[in-house]
Amino acid sequence: MSTVLPEQGSRIRSWVTGFRRRETLAAYGFLSPWIIGFLVFMAAPMIASLVLSLTDYDALRPANFVGMSNYQQLLLDPKVRVSLANTLIYTVMMVPGTMVIALALALLLAKVGRRSVGFFRTVFYLPVVTPKVAVGVLFLLLFNGQVGLINSALSLVGIHGPQWSTDPLWVKPGLVLMHLWAVGGTVVIYLAALKNVPRDLYEAATIDGASAWQRFRRVTLPMISGALFFTFIVETIAGLQTFDEAYAAFYGSAASATYSSDAALFYLIYLFQQAFQFLHLGYASAMAWLLFIVIIVITAIQVRLSRRFVYYEGR
Amino acid sequence: MVRHLRLGAIVTAGVVVLAGCGGVGADSGQTALTTMGFGTGDEIATTRVALADKAVAPFPVKIGGSAFDAQQFLSAVASHTAPDVIYLDRQLIGTYAARGTLEPLENCIAGQHIDMDQYRPAAVAEVTLNGKVYGLPESYDNRVLVVNNGAVRSVGLRPSDINPADRTALSRVTATLTEHASDGDVSRIGFDPKMPEFFPLWAKASGVQMLSDDGLRANLDDPRLVKVLEYTVGLIDQQGGWGSVKAFRDSFDFFGAKNPLMRDQLAAYPVDDWYLNVLGNVSPNVDMTVMPFTDTAGKPVDWATGSTWAIPAGSRHKDQACTWIKTMTDAPTWIAAAKVRAAKRRAQGKVFTGVFTGNKVADKTIFSDLVKLADKPAFDTAVRTVLEVQDSAFSMPASPAGSEFKSAWQDAVNRVLSGQQKPTEALAQAQQEAQLAIDNAVRRQ
Repeated sequence: MSTVLPEQGSRIRSWVTGFRRRETLAAYGFLSPWIIGFLVFMAAPMIASLVLSLTDYDALRPANFVGMSNYQQLLLDPKVRVSLANTLIYTVMMVPGTMVIALALALLLAKVGRRSVGFFRTVFYLPVVTPKVAVGVLFLLLFNGQVGLINSALSLVGIHGPQWSTDPLWVKPGLVLMHLWAVGGTVVIYLAALKNVPRDLYEAATIDGASAWQRFRRVTLPMISGALFFTFIVETIAGLQTFDEAYAAFYGSAASATYSSDAALFYLIYLFQQAFQFLHLGYASAMAWLLFIVIIVITAIQVRLSRRFVYYEGR
Repeated sequence: MVRHLRLGAIVTAGVVVLAGCGGVGADSGQTALTTMGFGTGDEIATTRVALADKAVAPFPVKIGGSAFDAQQFLSAVASHTAPDVIYLDRQLIGTYAARGTLEPLENCIAGQHIDMDQYRPAAVAEVTLNGKVYGLPESYDNRVLVVNNGAVRSVGLRPSDINPADRTALSRVTATLTEHASDGDVSRIGFDPKMPEFFPLWAKASGVQMLSDDGLRANLDDPRLVKVLEYTVGLIDQQGGWGSVKAFRDSFDFFGAKNPLMRDQLAAYPVDDWYLNVLGNVSPNVDMTVMPFTDTAGKPVDWATGSTWAIPAGSRHKDQACTWIKTMTDAPTWIAAAKVRAAKRRAQGKVFTGVFTGNKVADKTIFSDLVKLADKPAFDTAVRTVLEVQDSAFSMPASPAGSEFKSAWQDAVNRVLSGQQKPTEALAQAQQEAQLAIDNAVRRQ
């Protein structure tokens, strides 16, 4: 302790005296828009929601402190379990699907000429900028079990497609397929990573007699593992926070909400319902914090496991 | 790791909105009467709005269009910019009234001498919580049975064979009327029970009241209700199951000339009365029979719903708001709007089937003086049927947890339709959810 405390004190002194330097003040000045934005639009609302999660609050009357009862209610609410399970199942299907499809497309793009790359990269990225609400509505049209384009295409090869939008077993796979339409962002990340793999590694592997699969397995994958890990984390978080497409397709209007099945009840949709349909903002805040904890735990596990599989050049 | 903060987005949005950064729908300067949830999309709306605006003139009025949005309303209330008037589903009134968000209309009714007897009692009951009226009824949506005569006759039946009083016969007729394509897909729905939305109608027709008159006791696990759910879902199952029927139904062009009656995709189903107006507009020569929906004794049953006008407690122009909603729902206003529509339909050579309002005085004039359907016997019968069943209408009582109650039974029916739960299990869960929500709402009142 006696050795640590003086060190900490000197650090604090150094930090404080740093403010006397003009360049330190300038740096903080430049950072201030982000710092203010973070404090006002992130930190403060998060703290407020933590406080609200301990209250019974409907936004129309003063909050009423209820202690941990919202969190206890979370454990008893069957829809919390259903929506959390739906969200996890969707994420487990969507993340590997996105990564595999995006990597396959990126590998194809890496092989085409420089001029064509720009064109295809743009084409692949276009769905990303399509409003998700439009994608949700499109889902119902494309995936209608009787007259949808997907089942019409399947029928051409003799397959009687499933009821994507009404069968609880097929709702989530359908939404995953719809999500795969917009893998362009991940494709661009993988393409950049592939372009950075040193050519001499492939040449050396080829000279050593490595097959195409071995070069991919032993050279490409380790060299782009950083990008793969990044997208793994980002897509997992996006999956756990999925809302737009499913909400637009199944809950977006009074008519669609009437027929909504629990199979499409994702966690954030249920949270939104609790907050703005039933006016249980305290309970919804508790739900938000539960999701926060779930994401923290999953991300921590992913980071822990990444040490085995992710290769960082220079480390 | 900053990405983690994204998950706070929903809470952030909510809190930011509640903090007053997203106030919408109301004029912060409070120099005009502001409305929320009502769009002036047709001549019925524009004519009435013009008259209501005239009633409060020279005070300006700002119409906040589109449907009522709870999130938008909450934002406005929390930021002290509540609109002066809101237009919403009558079944939501209890939820907001119980939280003190809406102004009881006793002073408005007494002060401006509003004759409450002109409104339909079932509609008034729906906007009355703990003996206080919180809204003036607007529309009055009734449910009647529509039979596609061509489809029924094509299998050797008569329209009168579609009889909800005889449940066994109805199942048999449904099987006869249903058609499938060679690949097994449904090509004609024989009888669509309109689940989950018409579940309360089926319940009442089976002698079950889903919610007590005071709106405080849910009755969703009643064994008779379980039987109703088993029966109605059974009707869908025997036609190919929810997945097929729903997918087929989603492909219908309900509002166009190629609607399911004209394309013979649907043989019989209960419908909202406003759909008759749609048919009158797009298919004036449709061959149909409209009959009352009945209970098992053959007595007509009509579930009436609709929208209402209410005044938020935070309104800063309550007198003008009262005048405005009084005028909007007044008989002369409805009649003036109906005249405009009748003239428009006549000019287009189309059928005018009337406007079913929450104001019985207005309806009396509209249907006796303006609706002339002698040359359209199908629509003439249809309109008469709706007018007749209105007397037997019931409404869902107002409840402090009306929104949660509706969600609970709808979700339960959907779980059964999609095969995720059995009726007993689904309704038991719905009962638990609904009663808990009601109890919590009462506790905080």
